[in-house]
This record gives sequence, structure tokens and C-alpha cells, in this order.
Amino acid sequence: MALPGKAPPSTLDEFLEGLWRQNPVFVMVLGMCPALAVTVSAVNALAMGLATAFVLVSSALLVSLIRKMVPKEVRIATYIVIIATFVTVVDYLIAAISLELYEALGAFIQLIVVNCLILGRAEAHASKHPPLPAVTNALGMGLGFAIGLFALGSVREIFGAGKLFGVSLFGPDFQPWVVMVLPPGGFFVLGAWLLLFSWWRSRKVTRSPLPVGEG
Amino acid sequence: MNQPAPAITSSTAMIGTLALVATLCGILIVSAYQGTLPAITANKRLALERAVFEVIPGAASVAEYYASAQGIRPVDEGPAPEGAVKFYAAYDAQGAFLGVAAEAAAKGYADVVRILYAYDPVRQAVTGFGVVGMRETPGIGDKIVTDPQFLKNFEALDVRLDAEMKALANAVKVVKHGTKTRAWEIDAISGATVTCKAVGRGINDSAGRLLPMLVPHLDKLNIQS
Repeated sequence: MALPGKAPPSTLDEFLEGLWRQNPVFVMVLGMCPALAVTVSAVNALAMGLATAFVLVSSALLVSLIRKMVPKEVRIATYIVIIATFVTVVDYLIAAISLELYEALGAFIQLIVVNCLILGRAEAHASKHPPLPAVTNALGMGLGFAIGLFALGSVREIFGAGKLFGVSLFGPDFQPWVVMVLPPGGFFVLGAWLLLFSWWRSRKVTRSPLPVGEG
Repeated sequence: MNQPAPAITSSTAMIGTLALVATLCGILIVSAYQGTLPAITANKRLALERAVFEVIPGAASVAEYYASAQGIRPVDEGPAPEGAVKFYAAYDAQGAFLGVAAEAAAKGYADVVRILYAYDPVRQAVTGFGVVGMRETPGIGDKIVTDPQFLKNFEALDVRLDAEMKALANAVKVVKHGTKTRAWEIDAISGATVTCKAVGRGINDSAGRLLPMLVPHLDKLNIQS
């Protein structure tokens, strides 16, 4: 999960890394469990993405703040406790905002705790950088994850229910493509997005004289 | 032998760090819990009311009760007695008793299907149901809430008690599509039989437990507490 170290990146670079170049869903292909399971609608996908982003940013901030006082022997235990704390907080927050959303996301809110993206960022980035770059990087990664989930959720909702954000798009005669909101649909849509991204990236590589990014 | 020893972190430092982080996290969790508790309680109440109002048309307020072998009593009077079943009494805007709603659950195709059904004491029948939670196949299992023919089963599904008031006079049964002949049978949706059976079994089990404890004390619900 650690990224190849180069010259210290600028704040914008830190932010864009997760948002685009190392997008957790489309490039690093991390956190696939929620990415496939809760993306049956745009709202669910966005809520899951933002919840993960919240946990990512909060834990990155705390891990970065205490990075110098945590002995390396107990760092994993410390990070897990911190991540679990913010997942619990986000769990309560979602239940307070909307019980319907809470029921729809189900166990996947609690499962944010084992999203390898978050522990990966804490270990590979936040524990080695001061708060500002750590938070910026986590924010980029979090938003990148949310965008990735939204890309899956919106396509699946449009095809599988003929709706977007619950608003009917094609009128009453539309026959929903039910497989899209079933688990296989998640794989189909993810595969299509990954294909699109690989094609885009390879096109950029062949065009520019210098290789850009690394998957 | 005189190699420099690798820096060893003292146990105190490790335990101290973990204790500090755990304390901090504990404070965060408890504050989040306390801070969101009123909103979550209000949400749960609202969701419950919405669910009950949906199955009992005309209802304007809901009271939660426990039914047990000792009788019935409001939920907020203390912890649940042993073997108690929770149910909801619904009242209209004038405070007149309309009926009872209770939860039922049974294993469906994908997962447990949890429903809330309405019981009409006058007709001694189940008069409607709504889904509280299910993960049935979209477009197949979820027809139980949209299929008009299936919903017709619940206009008055007979759940009257036997003469001793100890059990249902007739067990609620799910039958093959188009073969319903009696008032306590549920005509299944062909293609979604497993989900329909879950609804039937859930109602049968829940009504079979709740009604013998509830029906002898129904008069207590006529006055809203």
C-alpha cells in the first residue's frame, strides 16, 4: 500500500493523489467490500463514501498529531483504536441524521473499521507526516473514495431502478435492469469503470513523453 | 559483546500510550453517544410511528406495551417481564382505540424478513402489514409490498383464538398461488413463495404468542394512558 517515495509533494499534490492519481477505488482498488455492497443507489454510495472520508480524515489528524509519542511496537493497536473510535462516532452520527440511511448501509458502517484504505493511510502516510499534509492527503483519498462509490452507485441506480437520487428519469414505462442492483451488477459496473480508467491512463502514457503515475 | 543495544521502548511507555489513547477515544465515543442520543431516540420514535400509522390508517398516536403471562402494561413502567412480547396500541386523533400493531420476523430467501402487522380486535384479523427490514431480491421478493393480489390477503386475515384462548384457532398458512379458500390462508405470489412464506410464518408465530396474552386484556387499551 505504501507509495513510491519521491521528492516531498506539495499540498495540492497530496490532495490530488487520492482524488485522481491514486484513486482508492479506480486505481488502488481498495475498500471493495463497501464499494460493491452498498452502491445500489447514489445516496447510499455517497453517504458511505463521506462516512469513510470522515473516518479517514479524523483518524489521519489524530494519528499525525500523536505520531511522535506512539512507540512503534504499539502503533497498529493505537491506530486501530483510533479508527474504531471514529467509526463509532460516524455510526451514531448517521443514525442521528437518518435512520433510513442507517438501515440501508447496515453493517457496512461498522465495517469501515476494517477498510484497508484507512489503516493503510494511517500507517503509510499520517504516521510519517505533520497534520496538514496528512489531513490533506486523507481528504483527497476520502473524496476520491466517495467519488468512486458515487460513480458506481449512480450508474447502478440509473440502470437498476431508472432513478437518480430517487428521482425517476425515464418515466413509468422503463423496465428496470434489476441485475444492476444485485451483486453481479456491482462487479459489472466496477469492471466497466476500471476499464474506462485503464484506457484513459494508458492513452495519457502513450501521449506524453514521460510516464505519468504508477498503478 | 559490546554491540550497542537496540533502543528498547519501556513497557511503561507502551502501556502509557495505549492508556492515553484509549482514554481519549473513550471520551470521544461517550460524547458522540450522549450528543446524538436525543436525535436517535426521536428518529426511532418517528420511524415507529410512521410504520404503525402506515399499517393502521387513521392512527394519530402510538403507545408501546408489553404483553406477558401476567397481563399487559406500558413499556415505560419498567423492564420487560419474562417472556413478554412488545406491541403497539394505536389511537386516532380523538384518543379512541383503533387497533394493535406488532412485529413479526421469519427467515426469508436472503435474510430475515421483519414486518409490522396490524391486528384488528373487532374482526379478530390481521388487517395489513408493512416491511420493517428485509434483503429480499429486488423485483422478486419485494413484490410482497407491491403486489395488489398478495396485499388482498391482508384485508382480513383470520387470526381468531380457539375456545380456550390459548392458541390461534387456525394456524396462518401460505398456500400456492390461486388455491386460497379459507380466511386464514395466504395466497402466495408465484415466484416469490419463500418470501411470502416468511410473512405467513412470521405472522403465525408472532400472533400465536402475542394474542393469547393480549386478547383477554384488550379492554385495558380502550382508555389511552
